[in-house]
Amino acid sequence: MANNTATAQAKGFAPEYDEELLKRERKANSAWSKLRRNKTAMVGLVIVVVMILLAVCAPLYTQITGFQFNKIDPVHGYLEPGTVVNEGEMAHILGTDKLGRDLLCRLLYGARTSLIVAFGGTIVAGLIGALLGLIAGFFGGWVDSLIMRIMDGMLSFPFILLAIILMTVLGSGLFNVILAIGIGSVPNFARVLRGEVIIVKNAEYCNAARVLGVSNARMLFTHILPNAISPLIVYATLGIAGAIISEAALSFLGLGITEPTPSWGQILYSGKDVMSNHPIISTVSGIFILVTVLGFNLLGDGIRDVMDPKMKK
Amino acid sequence: MVNQVLKTILKRVLQAIPTLLIVVTFTFILTRMIPGNPAQTILGPQATAESIAAMETKLGLDQPKWVQYIDYVLSVLQGDFGTSYSYDQPVTELIAQRIPATLQITIIGLLIAIIIGVCIGIFSALKQYSAGDYIFMVLALVGVSMPIFWLGLMMVKYLAVDLGWFPVSGRGDGSFGDLVYHMVLPCLCLATIPTATFARITRSSMLESIHADSIKALRARGIKEKAIIWKHALKNALPPIVTVLGLQIAGCFTGAILTESIFSWPGMGTLIVKAITNRDYMLIQGAVLFFAIVFIVVNLVVDLVYMIINPRVSYEGGSK
Repeated sequence: MANNTATAQAKGFAPEYDEELLKRERKANSAWSKLRRNKTAMVGLVIVVVMILLAVCAPLYTQITGFQFNKIDPVHGYLEPGTVVNEGEMAHILGTDKLGRDLLCRLLYGARTSLIVAFGGTIVAGLIGALLGLIAGFFGGWVDSLIMRIMDGMLSFPFILLAIILMTVLGSGLFNVILAIGIGSVPNFARVLRGEVIIVKNAEYCNAARVLGVSNARMLFTHILPNAISPLIVYATLGIAGAIISEAALSFLGLGITEPTPSWGQILYSGKDVMSNHPIISTVSGIFILVTVLGFNLLGDGIRDVMDPKMKK
Repeated sequence: MVNQVLKTILKRVLQAIPTLLIVVTFTFILTRMIPGNPAQTILGPQATAESIAAMETKLGLDQPKWVQYIDYVLSVLQGDFGTSYSYDQPVTELIAQRIPATLQITIIGLLIAIIIGVCIGIFSALKQYSAGDYIFMVLALVGVSMPIFWLGLMMVKYLAVDLGWFPVSGRGDGSFGDLVYHMVLPCLCLATIPTATFARITRSSMLESIHADSIKALRARGIKEKAIIWKHALKNALPPIVTVLGLQIAGCFTGAILTESIFSWPGMGTLIVKAITNRDYMLIQGAVLFFAIVFIVVNLVVDLVYMIINPRVSYEGGSK
C-alpha cells in the first residue's frame, strides 16, 4: 500500500490511478474486510458456520447412517459409544439414549431446534425492542417515560424467572420458547436502541432533515434507524449466545423444549438423571452448547471491535 | 455532595414506585394466566367439586379478578405479601426462611468472583499480550460462555460423585464447617460467569487507565510502580467495574435459581421453582416482587457508589 501511494505521488496523482487506490482503500475499510482481519471474529464465525452447517446437514447424517432422531427402540437404550447393533449397520458413534435413539443424530437435529430458538428469540426481541426503543427515544416525554418504566419493570425480574413464568403460562413447545425468550429480552434491545436514537436524533443531519420538513416516519426509518442500528447488531449477536443458554436453561428446568423434539437443552435435561452411569449424554450436549455460545460471543466481540473502534483494546 | 446523594436517593425511590407497581401488575396478570387451578392443586386430583369451591372461597379466588388485584396491592402496601397456599405460611415468613441460604452462595460467589476476576484482569493488563494474558483471556471467554447448569452437573459428577471430594447436595448438618464444605461447589459454579466478566472488564479498563497521561505523569515523578498500579490506576479503572458489579448481582439471582436446583440448595431459587409447579400464586407474586425490590435497591446502591468513586458523573436532572 505504501509503495502504491509513493508511486501515485511520484506520478502526481494520475486520475485513473487515484480511483483505483480509492477503490482499494474503500474495500480495505469496508466492514467485512475489517472483520476478516479480526482473528477473534473469524474464529467465532468459523464455529458459528460449522454449527449451522451441522444443523442444516442433519438429514444427511440420517441418510448415510439410517439412524433417525425420533425412532424409538427401547431394547437398545443407553448403548455405549461405538456399539454396532446389527451386522452391517453403522456404529452409534456416541451411543444411544434411554429410548435407543442415536445420540449424535439427536444432537444434530437438536442443533436445529436450539439455533432456531436462538435466532427466532433474538429476532422477536430485536423487532419489538427496536420498535419500542425507536419510539421512546424519538418522541421522548411521557411516551418515553411510559415505555422505559415498563422496560425497567421487566428488567427487575431476573431474566430466567420471567422466562419461567412465561413458559408456565404459554406451555412448552418450540414456538412458545421462542416467544418467552424473545419477550424476556425485549427490554435490553429497547434500551440499547433508545440510547442511540437520542444521540442520533440531535445530530446535525437530522436537524437539517427536520428543517426541510421530513415526516416523522421518514425521519425515523430513513435517517435515524440506519444510523442507530450498529450497536443493535452487536447486541443481537451476543443476544443469540444468551438465547442458546436460555433455551438450554429452560429445558434443563423441564420447561422449554420437551420430548420428543430434541434440543441441546432437552438432551442435557434427559441425561441429568443418569449422570452416574451414562454421563456422555449430558456431557456432550453441554459441550455443544458451550462451543456454540463461545462462537457467537467471539463473533459479537469481533463485530463490536470493527463497528466501534473506540472500544478496541 | 451529600446533598446530591440525598437528591438522587429521593429521585430514585420515587422512580421505583411506578416500576414496582408495574412489576406487581405484571406478575398478577401472568400468575392468573398460568393454566391450572390452585384449589385443585392443593386438594389433589380426587377432590370433589364442592370441596374445590369451598377452597376457592377460602383463598379468595371466587372474587372477581380486579377485586383480587386491588386486595393484593393494598395488602402489599402494608407489607403483607399474602399467604402461600402450598406451605400454608405467610409469604414473607417463607422468604425470610429461605433468603439466608441464597445470600450465602450469592455473596460468597460474588466475593470470589471480584477478588479472582479483578486480580486476573490487573495481571492481564500489566502483562498485555503475554502468554499468561492470552491464557487467562481465553479462559475468561470460555467462562462467560459457560452454561452453568451444565458446569454444575459436571462438578457433581466428577468432583462430588466420582472423586468424592465434595458433598453432592444440600446444606449439611448445621455445623459451620460442614456448611462451608457444602458451599464450595455451588459457590464456584455461581462464581464462574462473574469471575470471567470481571476479568475481562478489569483488563480493558485497566489498560485504558495505565496508558492515561495522568499515570504517565506519576511515573515521570518517580512514584513507585506498585503505588501507581494499586492506588491510582486501579482507582481510575473502577467505574466500569462497579457498573458490571451491579449487572452481575442481578445475574447472580438467575444463576442462583439454576445452581440451587442442581445442588438442591434450599434457597429462593428452589422455592420459586416449586411455587410455579404448585401454582402457588401468592408465593410466586411475593417472590418476584421481592426480587424486584432487591434489584432496584442494588441498582440504587451501585449508582451511589458510582457517583462517589467517579465525581465526574452528575445525576442532576439527567437520565441515563
